[in-house]
Amino acid sequence: MQILVTGTLLGGTYALIALGLTLQYGAARIMNLANGETLVAACFVAFWLFTSLGVTPLLGMVIIAPAALLLNWLIYTGLLRPLVRRAKHRGMLEVDSILASFGLLFLFQGLMLLIFGGAYFNYRFLAEPFSIFGSPYALNRVVAFVAAALVSFLLYLFLYHTRQGAAVRAVAVDPASAPLVAIDVSRTAAFAFALGGALTACGGALLSTFYTFNASMGVLFTMKALIIVIMGGVGDVRGATLAALILGVSETAVASLIDPGLTLAATYALFILVLLFRPQGILGRAAA
Amino acid sequence: MIGIRRHEMWTLFGGAAALVVLSLLPLLTDGFYLSLGVNLVLYAALSTAWSLFSGPTRFISLAGAAFFGIGTYSVALWLNNLPFAALIVIAAVCSAALAALVGAATLRLSGVYFVIFTLGLSELIRQIVSWSQSRFAHKMGLYVFTDFTEAHLYWMLLALSGVVFGVGWLINRSRLGFALRIIGDDETVARHVGIATARAKILLFMISGAFTGVAGAVVAPRYAYIEPQAAFNPMLSFTVVIMALLGGTRRLWGPLMGVIPFTIVTEFITARFPNQNSVVVGIAFLAIVYLLPDGVTGRIEALRERIRISVRTRVDAPGERAA
Repeated sequence: MQILVTGTLLGGTYALIALGLTLQYGAARIMNLANGETLVAACFVAFWLFTSLGVTPLLGMVIIAPAALLLNWLIYTGLLRPLVRRAKHRGMLEVDSILASFGLLFLFQGLMLLIFGGAYFNYRFLAEPFSIFGSPYALNRVVAFVAAALVSFLLYLFLYHTRQGAAVRAVAVDPASAPLVAIDVSRTAAFAFALGGALTACGGALLSTFYTFNASMGVLFTMKALIIVIMGGVGDVRGATLAALILGVSETAVASLIDPGLTLAATYALFILVLLFRPQGILGRAAA
Repeated sequence: MIGIRRHEMWTLFGGAAALVVLSLLPLLTDGFYLSLGVNLVLYAALSTAWSLFSGPTRFISLAGAAFFGIGTYSVALWLNNLPFAALIVIAAVCSAALAALVGAATLRLSGVYFVIFTLGLSELIRQIVSWSQSRFAHKMGLYVFTDFTEAHLYWMLLALSGVVFGVGWLINRSRLGFALRIIGDDETVARHVGIATARAKILLFMISGAFTGVAGAVVAPRYAYIEPQAAFNPMLSFTVVIMALLGGTRRLWGPLMGVIPFTIVTEFITARFPNQNSVVVGIAFLAIVYLLPDGVTGRIEALRERIRISVRTRVDAPGERAA
């Protein structure tokens, strides 16, 4: 029971990070392997806001999210749009965007290592017990979960109940036909990419409240987010949320029952199962 | 397979002559230049092995560090019980087996799954190795003491590079190589003309992985003390990818054109600014994507083509140019 609750609480934050990636890959068609770096940067900004200015991470998200939105929009329009224009087919764009985002990954990682060094950081925010079903849990984890759920719900409202959201979904389904219904694909893709970055940054800000982070852990989170996205089915918001919760629970189970050093093995075991049995995602339909 | 043409004969002779000349290096120098030479032949073997698979298929493999680490560990684990040659065979077999497993899980699907899977592979194996070492052996590292000097390692790695080139050359002129080029151009077409695409890809990935594992095994004595963190260093995978793409993967000798400058530059930079390696790697990736999408060799060939055209148009009558 304790594993289930802890895992679900962790899964909430994972969901937010993975939703960011699924928007970037599903709608903007960019396999952004530097996504974890956005997350780590957000961790550091939240840390800095809290320790030097006393701004709580929840309030900090109001600053971090628009900043990440802008930064990712600049990355897309400046660096990635030329690749989209150059690509003759989707495979070529995939290879190019993977390589370009590797470049960004190492560049950002190197810069953060220069500024912060390789040390681990954390800070105490709401480190008080909070009781669920009679057992105590850290309040910061519960708050992070609630905040993540709230942001995800806002995203859901946006995607399924606004015109702009419908445009993002249309581009995700078929970028070639979207212009037929007067959607500016290039602009929508840039927006989806930026929004994805903002979501991941929110996830990072929440993560930093209960997780010890350092400058070089971005790749690990990119990896987790990617596996969640694939498990959930690319571009599938509900599938990604479900997959994030599954991943959170199974990681917690392995860490507490077998060995905390084997969490990646748990992730991979899930990944292999999905690849072998449901490569289209847990909620996905078979490809036509 | 049969029927070596005249210019191929010359290429073979040239390659053999180059190997002989290069093998003289340890007789001329030791110390810094020999150690640089070891790095060069090591990365030449690794990048060429990488592009055997990833060149024609365009599937970016980041599993290099995983195979390399397996090779290193095969030597470290059984060095006292078995002859070195047997260890190299073990390294090749283990790496090929891992490649077969990874290939069977991911190569039937699209390329993105493969990239993601290999991205975390070395970290996964590192976790498993660390865990089993602390669980069953109660120690983290292993010692590798041999009588090999730097010169021996250099010769072995040079021989390995030679074998990788030879195998690459044979594959290129075989049915398998042809099949892979078709897969790289258009996988749907390849399937329609009756190529067992998954089998061809897995087979080549195994060959490429086995060579990487052997390279890890050969170079193991250089480290003397082997622990998971160093043996499965993910940076190795990225370095190999950069070198191969920088040189260009269309030609067999392409990766070599990336290995030479990049090894020397990193040697220089790690000596001056030891902590800025990842910034350099980042810039190298961006430079490849935006400035050299076909690598150095691609750029050279484009230039050569342009010169050829301009020479021909000057010779031809102006009226014929339009035709």
